[in-house]
Amino acid sequence: MKDLLQVKGLRTYFFTDSGVVKAVDGISYTVKRGETFGLVGESGCGKSVSALSILRLIPSPPGKIVSGEILFEGKDLLKISEEEIRDIRGNQIAMVFQEPMTSLNPVLTIGVQIGEVLELHRGYDRKEARSEVIKLLRMVGIPDPERRIDDYPHQFSGGMRQRVMIAMALSCNPKLLIADEPTTAVDVTIQAQLLEIIKELTSTSETSVILITHNLGVVARHVNRMAVMYAGRIVEMGPSIKIYAHPKHPYTMGLLASVPRLDQPRRERLLPIEGQPPDLSQLPDGCSFSPRCSYRMERCLKDPPELREVEEEHFIACWAEGIKVEKPR
Amino acid sequence: MKKGGKKRGPIWEVFRRLSKRITALIGLGIVLFFLILALFAPLLAPHDPYEHDLAHKLAPPSWEYPLGRDELGRCILSRIIYGARISLVIGLIVISIGIFIGVPIGVISAYYGGRVDFIVQRFVDTMLAFPGILLALLLIAMLGVGLHNVMIAVGISTVPIYARLSRSSVLSIKARQFVEAAKAIGASDVKIILQHLIPNSLSPIIVQSTLHMATAILWAAGLGFLGLGVSPPTAEWGAMLNGGRLYIRVASHVATFPGLMIFVTVLGFNLLGDGLRDALDPRLKT
Repeated sequence: MKDLLQVKGLRTYFFTDSGVVKAVDGISYTVKRGETFGLVGESGCGKSVSALSILRLIPSPPGKIVSGEILFEGKDLLKISEEEIRDIRGNQIAMVFQEPMTSLNPVLTIGVQIGEVLELHRGYDRKEARSEVIKLLRMVGIPDPERRIDDYPHQFSGGMRQRVMIAMALSCNPKLLIADEPTTAVDVTIQAQLLEIIKELTSTSETSVILITHNLGVVARHVNRMAVMYAGRIVEMGPSIKIYAHPKHPYTMGLLASVPRLDQPRRERLLPIEGQPPDLSQLPDGCSFSPRCSYRMERCLKDPPELREVEEEHFIACWAEGIKVEKPR
Repeated sequence: MKKGGKKRGPIWEVFRRLSKRITALIGLGIVLFFLILALFAPLLAPHDPYEHDLAHKLAPPSWEYPLGRDELGRCILSRIIYGARISLVIGLIVISIGIFIGVPIGVISAYYGGRVDFIVQRFVDTMLAFPGILLALLLIAMLGVGLHNVMIAVGISTVPIYARLSRSSVLSIKARQFVEAAKAIGASDVKIILQHLIPNSLSPIIVQSTLHMATAILWAAGLGFLGLGVSPPTAEWGAMLNGGRLYIRVASHVATFPGLMIFVTVLGFNLLGDGLRDALDPRLKT
C-alpha cells in the first residue's frame, strides 16, 4: 500500500486575546491507500482541527496553520492556490461532520444539496445529477429515494441526515474521506449502521478514511491503524489491534481502563484518568500529560518526549521504558 | 407534521402558521384589499380621479360620490383608489432600493468580517445616527422635489437598516455547520453567499420589508403632505391630506378619508409584519 496522505510536523495555532492556543502542535502521520486511519482523543485534543487543517478549513483569523506539510499524492496542500484546494475539496477529499442536524442547509431539498457537489466537480446538469443522487441515496440505504430526494432536511431523522451527508461526501468517489465523529450525535444502533455503510462503500472504491472519534469501541472494530492524540500532539500511534491489546503510553492505558468492557467481570471498577485536560494556551514545558501521569519522572517535567518506535510500526511519545502494567495504579 | 403524503413547500407552512393568528389574517386581508385597489384601480374607480368640477367642490358624501368631492370637485373615492397605486409603487421601490443595496452590503460585511466589516459598519453607524426622515429630507434637499427623488431618498435612508439586519442574521448563519460543509465540498464564496447565506437570512428581511412597506407609505405621505413629494394633480394620499387640511372645519371628509386610508393600510402592513415575524420565527421550526 502506498501513502496517500502524509502529514508532517503540522502545527495549527489559534491566536486569541487570551494567548496562543496550540490546538495542533507538531503532528505527523501517514494514511495509506485504502486503509482506515483512526484519530482518537478526548474533546479538545486537536483531532478535529488537525482534520480541518487538511482541507484548509481553519477559520482565519484567529486560526492559522503555522508550519508543516500536508502531502496529498505528493502535492503539498498548504502550498497550492485557493482555487486548487477548492477543486480538491469534495472531489478528492470529502468530509462528514459531527452534527447531522446542522450540516444540511434547511432551505434546500437534499437532492439539490447532493446534486450541487456533482454539478460542481463533475459538470453534471440538473437532470443527470438527479438520477445520480437517487442512486447515491439508495446506496446509503435511504428507502424510497425517488420520493425522498425532494424532501427538506427537517423531514429526515438524525441518522437519515447523516446518511445523506455520507452520500454527499462519497458522491464524487473521493480518494480520502474524513469522518469527524460521524456517529457521536446519533443513537448507538444507528452508529453501527453508519459505520458499516462507510466501511462497505469505502472498501469497494479503495477510499482511505480518517475516522475521528473518541469512542474506542469504534476504533477497535473499524480502524486499521490509529493515532492517539493528547493536547495537540500524537502520544501513541500504530496498528489499532496492537494498541488496543497492549497500549504502551500511560494516557492510552488510562483511556482503555476507563472504558467499560463486556469481556471483563462487571464488578471491575472503571478507573478514570485523574485531573483535567490541560489548557492548550498554557501547556507545561515537558510532557503535556505529565501532570496527570502516574509514571511521571523528573525528566517528564523538563523535556517533551518525541515519538519513538518501541515495536515494529508502534510509536509512543513517552520517556518511561517498558511499562508493563495493563492497568495503572 | 404532514401525514397526508402531499408535498408542501416552506411557503405553505408559513401560511399555515400565519393563518392561526387572527390579527395576522386581518393584516393580510387589508394588504390584499390594498393590492387589489392598486392593481385594478381603473376598473374599480367610479370616476376619473382628475376630473374637476368646481361647481360641486367640497361636496359631502352622496350616492354618486360615496366619499364626497375635494377642493376641486374631484371624486375622493377614485382619488384614494388611484392613490393606492402610487403608495404601492413607492413602497415597492423604496424597499427594493433598501434591499438591493443594503442586503449585499450587510452580507459581504458579515461574511468577510475583519477590516471590511469594521469599515462598512462604521459607515452604517454614521447613516443610522441620522433620524431616517431627516436623512430623507436632506437627500431631497440635494436631489430636488419630486416623486422619484422621494423614493430614492426614503429608499436610501432604509439601506443601513437592511445592511445591519442582514449582517446580524448572516453572522449567526455563518457559524452553522452547513456553511462549513459547503466549503468542504468546494463551493466558492459567491455560491455560499447566494445559495446558503442569503436564503437562510431572508426571514428577518421579509418581516422588516413588510413593516417597512408601512413606514415607506407613511413617509411618502408625510413628504407629500409637506409638498415635497408628487406634483399637484397626482392622486397621492399625503398630498390629498394636505389639500383637505384647509377645509377641515367646513368639509372634514376631504382630509378624513385619505387619512383613514393611510391609517388602515399602515396598520394592515404592521399586523401582517408582526404575524410574519411569529410565523417565520426559526425557534418555532420543527
